[in-house]
Amino acid sequence: MANVSMTVNGRSVSGQCEDRTLLVQFIRENLGLTGTHVGCDTSQCGACVVHVDGKAVKSCTMLAAQADGSEVVTIEGLASGGELHPVQAAFREHHGLQCGFCTPGMIMSAVDMIQRHGGRLDEKTVRQELEGNICRCTGYHNIVKAVLDAASKMGDGTKVAAE
Amino acid sequence: MYATNYHRASSVEDAVKLASSNDEAKYLSGGQTLLPTMKQRLAAPSDLVDLRHVSDMKGISVSGGSIRIGAATTHAEVAKSSEIASACPGLAHLAAHIGDPHVRHMGTIGGSIANNDPAADYPAGLVALNATIVTNKRSIGADDFFTGMFDTALEDGELIVAVEIKAPSKSGYAKFPNPASRYAMTGVFVAKHGDGSVRVAVTGAGSDGVFRQADMEQALASDFSAGAIDGVTVDDSELMSDIHASSAYRANLVKVMAKRAVAAAG
Ligand SMILES: Cc1cc2nc3c(=O)[nH]c(=O)nc-3n(C[C@H](O)[C@H](O)[C@H](O)COP(=O)(O)OP(=O)(O)OC[C@H]3O[C@@H](n4cnc5c(N)ncnc54)[C@H](O)[C@@H]3O)c2cc1C
Ligand code: FES
Ligand code: FES
Repeated sequence: MANVSMTVNGRSVSGQCEDRTLLVQFIRENLGLTGTHVGCDTSQCGACVVHVDGKAVKSCTMLAAQADGSEVVTIEGLASGGELHPVQAAFREHHGLQCGFCTPGMIMSAVDMIQRHGGRLDEKTVRQELEGNICRCTGYHNIVKAVLDAASKMGDGTKVAAE
Repeated sequence: MYATNYHRASSVEDAVKLASSNDEAKYLSGGQTLLPTMKQRLAAPSDLVDLRHVSDMKGISVSGGSIRIGAATTHAEVAKSSEIASACPGLAHLAAHIGDPHVRHMGTIGGSIANNDPAADYPAGLVALNATIVTNKRSIGADDFFTGMFDTALEDGELIVAVEIKAPSKSGYAKFPNPASRYAMTGVFVAKHGDGSVRVAVTGAGSDGVFRQADMEQALASDFSAGAIDGVTVDDSELMSDIHASSAYRANLVKVMAKRAVAAAG
């Protein structure tokens, strides 16, 4: 058994789990944060994307034990004080979701992408960078629009903040 | 996934010792190949030795044309390194096109070459660049390291510590990605070295993993231009044929990707 401690959405948490427990299982089952989804068993869909130490990773392809001591942010950690994060707001505004299953991963990936590229994001880059996220219903068009809109609203400040 | 025991290594010696304490132990680097394989129950290591916290195995240094990349350096770190971008732009381009951003944040050069997937990108880069693979025991030239599909010269428990490359005068990589997986359906890395020689390495196409294309190397050594490859015929008898592409299709891709790689190398 592993004793795992990490900071999740700003809160220190710890728990016991088997060494083989995936980070996504730990987040969903030990912590009860079910916003992070599992959409495949081949590490390809991106529904499970969270940030570990500031980087977007697939939480289905990392052990909880590997994340011991790390800082993790999940979809539940984005909104603050009842205000949606600008990327969440943009997905709502641009109809960037239908069933919503892929959305937590899409949004965590988009936030990571905007942090890395800041105001320099263009449509081609967004489409390329969404390579690891699969949506089975919306079609990517409105998702791309939402990411671009959020990027322009968040502006260059994000780039500086991320580096 | 079957049960396993997780260990976090703190140094190269610690990692080797942890791995040698059990026959069925495996190194865990980025986990982007090993964990999916374990989830499918195609691998069941009794112990996992995590390399992500071994500081001697991380990071990039470039000095006087010598490039050293720690084995636990991620694809994202290689892709965004300004030192790699100027010393060996082809390698930065290669790393930036592996999988997707999330895979690049975790996956490492050491894990990729230890695995030697016949469709992985790094094997082509390292063979064309005539890289040296440094392990805890010895140094191995890339030509000798990649011994066949999913096979390397590594012995049981041997740990890759770093990859060393002499900066080429020109380098370029072009891949035709499988539209679903992004692995190379064919990828060609072309490097022109300081002594004027040219090495051309192909991944994704060979039925026994990465290989060098000698006719193209000769043609490019006398004339480093995409047109120089026009006269080369690619034999498809040793190439892969699968649901994604026939060997004849791949033979054509080898030529097209080689030309694009030369054009990219400039
Ligand atoms: C969705 C997806 C898409 C991908 N697309 C591509 C692609 O387009 N191109 C591509 O090339 N790859 C691709 N990959 C694979 C990715 O690049 C992996 O990161 C890489 O193949 C393995 O590196 P890792 O660090 O994750 O190794 P791990 O999965 O941790 O390990 C792989 C193997 O190497 C061994 N190992 C690891 N480190 C060492 C070491 N230092 N010394 C000795 N042995 C070691 C392990 O024991 C294991 O057997 C993709 C993966 C996924 C999940
Ligand atoms: S659930 Fe993680 S990639 Fe699909
Ligand atoms: S909104 Fe349904 S899968 Fe993307």
